[in-house]
Amino acid sequence: MLNVQGLACARGGLPLLEQVSFALAPGQALVLRGPNGCGKTTLLRTVAGLQPALAGEISAAPDSIAYAAHADGIKGTLSVRENLDFWAAIYGTQGISAALEQMNLRALADRAAQNLSAGQKRRLGLARLLVTGRPVWVLDEPTVSLDVASVALFGAVVRAHLGQGGMALMATHIDLGLPEAEILDLTGYKARLPEPGTGGFDEAFL
Amino acid sequence: MIALLTRDLRLALRAGGGFGLGLAFFLILAVLVPLGVGPEPATLALIAPGILWVGALLACLLSLDRIFALDFEDGSLDLLATAPVPLEAVVTIKAVAHWLTTGLPLVLISPVLGLLLFLPAEAYLWLILSLLLGTPALSVIGTFGAALTVGLKRGGLLMSLLVLPLYIPTLVFGAEVVSRGAQGLAVGTPLALLGSITAGAVALLPFASALVLRINLR
Amino acid sequence: MASFWEYANPLKFMRTTDWLLPIVTVAAVVVTTIGLVWGFFFTPDDFRQGSTVKIVFLHVPSAMMAINIWVMMLVASLIWLIRRHHVSALAAKAAAPVGLVMTLIGLITGAVWGQPMWGTWWAWDPRLTSFLILFLFYLGYIALWAAIDDPDTGADLTAVLCLVGSVFAVLSRYAAIFWNQGLHQGASLSVQPGTRMDWAYKAPLYTCMVGFGLVFLALLLAGTRTEIRARRMKALVARERMA
Repeated sequence: MLNVQGLACARGGLPLLEQVSFALAPGQALVLRGPNGCGKTTLLRTVAGLQPALAGEISAAPDSIAYAAHADGIKGTLSVRENLDFWAAIYGTQGISAALEQMNLRALADRAAQNLSAGQKRRLGLARLLVTGRPVWVLDEPTVSLDVASVALFGAVVRAHLGQGGMALMATHIDLGLPEAEILDLTGYKARLPEPGTGGFDEAFL
Repeated sequence: MIALLTRDLRLALRAGGGFGLGLAFFLILAVLVPLGVGPEPATLALIAPGILWVGALLACLLSLDRIFALDFEDGSLDLLATAPVPLEAVVTIKAVAHWLTTGLPLVLISPVLGLLLFLPAEAYLWLILSLLLGTPALSVIGTFGAALTVGLKRGGLLMSLLVLPLYIPTLVFGAEVVSRGAQGLAVGTPLALLGSITAGAVALLPFASALVLRINLR
Repeated sequence: MASFWEYANPLKFMRTTDWLLPIVTVAAVVVTTIGLVWGFFFTPDDFRQGSTVKIVFLHVPSAMMAINIWVMMLVASLIWLIRRHHVSALAAKAAAPVGLVMTLIGLITGAVWGQPMWGTWWAWDPRLTSFLILFLFYLGYIALWAAIDDPDTGADLTAVLCLVGSVFAVLSRYAAIFWNQGLHQGASLSVQPGTRMDWAYKAPLYTCMVGFGLVFLALLLAGTRTEIRARRMKALVARERMA
């Protein structure tokens, strides 16, 4: 369960979004839409706990969120297996073979990650989500550099995750083949700046 | 935790990990100093404690920006910050890994370099002991500097400027232990002070490092 | 009674300093001029040091301010970290260059004074060494501010640096004392009985100290005003870009 109420977030000290509210129940997915720079990444980072919210509340079960950013955090000199083993150990989960299987990485398991193609790396990055064992996935443009087949593969993985009672919050422009996913357009939540002279404490800086 | 430590050690030891860089720097310094100062054993023996300590300090400094920069660039740091490991533990492990790959090798090679610099025989024990006690502080303080400058372009030079003043107490007491040892004087006081600086830094600085890292990731 | 924290509001701060700054500036110029002229021209020569001693009227106040300004930055940093008042962070930022210059004046006048007295421009004496280290801390602090684009991130990071730096500055001070018991005389002013300095010197010296304090205050207020305006400008540009 992920519940976001009246969330406002800022980038570089400037308010970007306000009054964003949504809720995800087990098995649900929500896709964030909006033009570049509208605050999708900022919102996701706020939900993931990387930056504080200006206002509002994010409630989720403790230790339930797994975050995947633009960058995959892959170490080139480690093999695919070593990369996944590391994250499995960090998240205290057992076994990476299911993740390798689902993201179609089994054949590449012992290859050094620096020798993977961009799409393969991305698949490895997404396989990391599977080894976290966390129910709420927060995904920032998960399909960048994936080919059509891999997008379909990933769509299937997300669907399987939802089928097991998982949740997904993602920013993406590509149709993942998830018709059940709800869509939230952030254009309508753009933060309005306070009018000058209204007497806010630090208003001179906003 | 152990996983993070083994990953960092493995990364440091594999190609391009930068292991041995500090060691090579330390060695080169110990070779260059006699070439610059002259081969007179008495002169070299006099400056050896200071040179060895300054060399160890600079060698440490050399590898500091690798502590977080690579993890920041490839996004691992964001992912680690959202992982179920406290960031304080992450920075501590990072400092430990840095010490194991930089500080400890320096300690081990220092007697050989002491030989090159005609360090008096009585001082070897104190050289090893003071470096063993002092280099963890260098790693922990350096981790703080690296965390401060992690997001900055060309942060390396700035980090040196920030970290070097913080290294002064460690350097003063560390080198004092060795030079007192070389003269056969009592080393208890500076050794205790060195130890307390290390203990204090190891106990408190990870909190500051984690705090500035969180700020930098925001 | 208005709360002290009201002045942490940038608008209130600007409005207050609009009239306060000119007064402080005039006071600073007047008091410093009186103190220096009095000290330089209307005090007797020292029987041992001759007229060289008069550099004390620059040396001691600047050295004192160099330390006080760092303490002020520490307090301002704490206020920023705890209460998140922007003016406090900007005041710390504005104070740093003044502190740097005060440290530099202290070091230079010390060298100029030390040359005839001790026969050397520089000595690795604990006091001198500590001031050199303080100089490095100021440099690092200013460089960190300059390196960071985002003003709030800069304020946070420099505040933590100031905190950690203060601890290490104190440690360095003791390290320097331990390392070399030097030739610098004890503090020129002492509240203990058996004072070492005559009132003929003390009175103008105190005047200079107050003067230097006022000069700092004036520069601090002016600098903070500049920082507030710069910050406001940045915010307006960003606003424009968003709209």
